Amino acid sequence: MQEKLFGKTLEELKAISLDLGLPSFTGKQLCEWLYKKEATSFEQMTNLSLKARVLLSENYNLGLQEPEDEQESVDGTKKYLFPTGIGKFIETAYIPDGKRSTVCVSSQVGCKMGCLFCMTGKQGFQGNLTAGEILNQYRSLPERKNLTNIVYMGMGEPLDNLSEVLQSLEVLTAEWGFALSPRRITVSTIGITPAMLEFLNKSEAHLAISLHTPFDEERRKLMPVQQVYPLKEVLKEIRSWDFGRQRRVSFEYILFKDYNDSSAHVNELSRILHGIRCRINLIRFHPIPGTPLESPAESAIEEFRNKLNAKGITATIRASRGQDIWAACGLLSTKRLQKN
Amino acid sequence: MVGNDTHQVSPVVLSFSEELSEGIFLIGFKRNFLFKAGQVIGIAMEPKGPRRLYSICSGEEEEEIRILYKVVDEGYLTPQLSDLEMGDTIWITDPGGEFTGDKDPAIWIATGTGVAPFYSMFRSGLAEQKKVILGNRYLEQFHFFDEFATLLGENYIRCCTAETDEGVYPGRVTQYLEEQPELDPKLKYYLCGSAEMVVEARDILISKGVSFDRIISEIYF
Repeated sequence: MQEKLFGKTLEELKAISLDLGLPSFTGKQLCEWLYKKEATSFEQMTNLSLKARVLLSENYNLGLQEPEDEQESVDGTKKYLFPTGIGKFIETAYIPDGKRSTVCVSSQVGCKMGCLFCMTGKQGFQGNLTAGEILNQYRSLPERKNLTNIVYMGMGEPLDNLSEVLQSLEVLTAEWGFALSPRRITVSTIGITPAMLEFLNKSEAHLAISLHTPFDEERRKLMPVQQVYPLKEVLKEIRSWDFGRQRRVSFEYILFKDYNDSSAHVNELSRILHGIRCRINLIRFHPIPGTPLESPAESAIEEFRNKLNAKGITATIRASRGQDIWAACGLLSTKRLQKN
Repeated sequence: MVGNDTHQVSPVVLSFSEELSEGIFLIGFKRNFLFKAGQVIGIAMEPKGPRRLYSICSGEEEEEIRILYKVVDEGYLTPQLSDLEMGDTIWITDPGGEFTGDKDPAIWIATGTGVAPFYSMFRSGLAEQKKVILGNRYLEQFHFFDEFATLLGENYIRCCTAETDEGVYPGRVTQYLEEQPELDPKLKYYLCGSAEMVVEARDILISKGVSFDRIISEIYF
């Protein structure tokens, strides 16, 4: 199988050029065509010599992949199914919301984390995506021109595939790449502490941490990662990290009826987040097949938000999007996996 | 278990190394710290090298810390670990983690090297009122068989997928759980192994009436 060029860094493209006996600056030209001029074939790369185009096409392919399937919600949210190099499928969500349009990209095929409330975890772990496969979800999205934000909140745990995620972030933000502001990008994690620190060191993108309950005992029943990377250690690192003025840390909190939606939870959240400049995104739980967890009433979610706000914590309720197409749960790819 | 950690490391000298079955090793070094059965430590080949987490596979009071691991050919650490000999130095972190056992009645369920934390609990005097359900591909992979079988008798269940023997359940752990007519909802259920096993076993337990807050999982990722 030919190696794919899309997703490679400037240094890698220079090295490839030299290996093929081409001048080093061909690497820079390839960056221009791949990430700025959005070429879809080597033939379009007209400032490369004919020899260069022939050599490249004999040894490499661009690595762009159109989505194979698509579902559209009544609210305009779309979910795309992309095939991967290992013969599996990943989901990518496009979420338009007024002037803001977000793409939610996957970083792995399946997931190893086994969170109780997550559909993706039920298909097990199939493999890591390459940087090119992560970036392709952005590049090949039909609505790409509308996009204002990118969130790494699709299938998989991004920080369990750290090197490819970091490379994809480099291509997205480098001047020679897509040159996007890192402030338009948020990477979400369940809190793999060492990888989180490396991410904070090597990237400028925002960080979102899946919290879901402030109590250790409850969290370890929802999220096995709590056994080895307890929330208190994650928060200790966050507290000591200088996020500056522009970079943001936020916490994701899915509300489960009668489990993590009490006043005691509000009080404990207020205690453990004290001193951290952050925001909590409250998320309605959309039950997945076979789950023992339930979604609270709308009024309970609003009450929870109001109590947090009264404690001085900025909390917002994330609008539910794409409910009719299961936009956030890995169901489409799980069905395709079963079909194959 | 794969994953780095942030704790400081200190050197230890290997005092034990044995390949228990093909590709599955048990290594040991002198214990100079306290830990709770079920906890993990980070292991590195050099002070600033990448670290990986492994469950401790020995009792809280034992003189040696033992670590059970399976060599992953494409892995970073285990191929190097398997080349070490007694007297060689590795670097370890302090123990950590919350997958710890207690004296309450419980079912311990594991596949592969996921047996390690349960063996640690077993060796730490927590085996009373426990049932152990283990899954492996081959019979030789049921390490510590004699100890478990002697103490637990019928409460030690082996589920083997590729070989069969008297008293061995022929199939996967999840299949065994699925076939149980009823499961005691008052017990605690500990799960340790791959994500696939843990997620599937958890779903089965929940479908059979076990509340999710009675299920404690550790995933080897």
